[in-house]
Amino acid sequence: MTQTSNDKSALLLASTVISGIVAYLMVLQKNNIESYFVTPVVMYFCLNLYFAGSWKVSRVAQIAVFVLVLAIGIPMIGFTNSLYLQVAVTICIFAAMSLGLNVVVGFAGLLDLGYAAFFAVGAYLWAIFAGSQANEFIAGNLFPLNGNLVFVFIPLALFVAAGFGALLGLPVLKVKGDYLAIITLGLGEVIRVLANNLNKPINITNGSQGVRIAPNPENSPLAFITVPLSEATGIPFFQMQLTMYYVLILVVVAAVAVFVTRLDNSRIGRAWVAIREDEVAAQAMGIPLVRTKLIAFATGASFAGAMGVLYAAVIGFISPNDFNFERSTQILAMVVLGGLGSIQGVIVGAAIVISLNQLVLVEISRVLQLVKLPPRFDPTQYQQLIYGVILIAMMIVRPKGLVPAKRNPAKLENLEHGELAKGVK
Amino acid sequence: MLLNVNKARKVFGGLTAVNDVTFQVPEKSIISVIGPNGAGKTTFFNMITGIYKPTSGEIMFDNQNMIGLRPDEVTEKGIARTFQNIRLFGAMTTLENVLVGRHTRATTSFLDAILHNNNYKQDERAGLLRAKELLEFVGLLDKRDELAANLPYGEQRRLEIARALATNPKLILLDEPTAGMNPQETEETKHLIRRLRDEQGITVVLIEHDMRVVMTISDNVTVLDYGTKIAEGLPHEVRNNPQVIEAYLGRGAAAGEFGKTAEGGEAA
Repeated sequence: MTQTSNDKSALLLASTVISGIVAYLMVLQKNNIESYFVTPVVMYFCLNLYFAGSWKVSRVAQIAVFVLVLAIGIPMIGFTNSLYLQVAVTICIFAAMSLGLNVVVGFAGLLDLGYAAFFAVGAYLWAIFAGSQANEFIAGNLFPLNGNLVFVFIPLALFVAAGFGALLGLPVLKVKGDYLAIITLGLGEVIRVLANNLNKPINITNGSQGVRIAPNPENSPLAFITVPLSEATGIPFFQMQLTMYYVLILVVVAAVAVFVTRLDNSRIGRAWVAIREDEVAAQAMGIPLVRTKLIAFATGASFAGAMGVLYAAVIGFISPNDFNFERSTQILAMVVLGGLGSIQGVIVGAAIVISLNQLVLVEISRVLQLVKLPPRFDPTQYQQLIYGVILIAMMIVRPKGLVPAKRNPAKLENLEHGELAKGVK
Repeated sequence: MLLNVNKARKVFGGLTAVNDVTFQVPEKSIISVIGPNGAGKTTFFNMITGIYKPTSGEIMFDNQNMIGLRPDEVTEKGIARTFQNIRLFGAMTTLENVLVGRHTRATTSFLDAILHNNNYKQDERAGLLRAKELLEFVGLLDKRDELAANLPYGEQRRLEIARALATNPKLILLDEPTAGMNPQETEETKHLIRRLRDEQGITVVLIEHDMRVVMTISDNVTVLDYGTKIAEGLPHEVRNNPQVIEAYLGRGAAAGEFGKTAEGGEAA
């Protein structure tokens, strides 16, 4: 891309660097913790990522902004105030999951209201074996497992959740539309109820008490790198660990985004979209419906499973209520808000829903407390109301999502006619 | 015979939609199926393509039994179709619609797509080349990046044909390919159908209401009425068949009595 008159690369870089420095300085001021301005500035700093995608800027500037914000800015701010890092980690976890749900709902058009079930599968898989819970039903006091096994459990959860997805999908996918939505809703609840009740006769999930992974610096995932780094820099262990999780999860999200993009631009992704657009025509064009839908279901489920492992590792405590119907609708809200079928969109959607819930609404409540309202009108109680109003407003303004899905233009120009002879059959 | 339908019957509850129809399609021919509305033509197509399973009878294509195959399996065997009311993938581009048609002939697996390995690259490339060829064939190459839903009506019909061709069919079933077209578009479509056979070597079976089209391009015409085959033969034979005229116009008109009397000829 060449420099043109309306190229905003310089503006974007300036905006990123300045807001980054301001945000960092503000966070450094410990007595500033009560300030109402820190969160907006930090959020604006992160908003530059969105500008990098939507403004007309050069590739170099785009990459620079991603590095500045994701690799430098957020960790540095996070070292001082881990709240922001915590939010960033949560956003990444949910971004990967909404990418997975996007495959099911956005591409293949199968409304899945029980997606959190697959998240639960991954989370329990790790929590049970990485905590001491597995000792309850496996003799020999072998647990907790070595934390580094998380790298084995992520792919394992990928396959286990995909298996669950296929298993649940098989009887379900013969029905369509609203019926499918209701059945997935039911199956999602089944998994939650199972988690709630599998504490007797054998205590597998510890029931409604949930499963805890005791924090242990020696035996935590990534300890081999976190401990020396923490000693070398003097940053407290758990702060450092969160940063390392952030890096790991960022890599996983990037990998998931690449996978999904590649699938989207392949025979499989096109088959998904074709099924969404017109099932009868898709089948008449030679697409086996059940198999293709099953692949979509299993793919979506597998990403949720993998993120479940990471979620359990980061949070250290899970209970059946983390995977209820509200969780499923929250992920669905991210997908719809960001733009069904749009890969950038659903990531933006995840960022908005999570930051709304964990930062913006909290801040709004704090600001509202300045106005001395009678105690009955405690603004913190209106968080969900404000959340709902914001979601409705966004959908009215952008009914196709914040970043509507676009189909890629063809790259026929690169093809030469002389090559027609070989390989075309 | 490329397609051999023997006494195919389809019953919906108490209604016999297709009644023991025997129908043969020689290779590289253009055969028309005509009949009044509700005669069972589309049901007949749906049986051949596996959407409906015949109540009885047999369907042989290329000496293979087609009964019990799913529509996607029928497509894989080499029968492609278009739809009476256009069924394109509206949110996909013109080119992507054609690429979808190539699904059964493409070899990219799930893993190939994720890894972007050589198989994926070659397969995509082959697909793009074939799609380009087909879009050129139907004259839509310059519209390749338009969303299918945004194409004008006539072009959507042509895109449906290109998409069907992408499945590499031996036989293509066209369900009212000129419905809703103006005379010029109809002429172009007729020309395109001839080229399907002459240039691509594909056998064509079409359902059509426009008699100018039927009479000028068909090698053979089959007439259905109330699910039963009432006539079959060369276009001019069918045109003069009293049973066919009766099916279309009613018995009075067929007997030539309509309009004979000043009162309006209610005689039947």
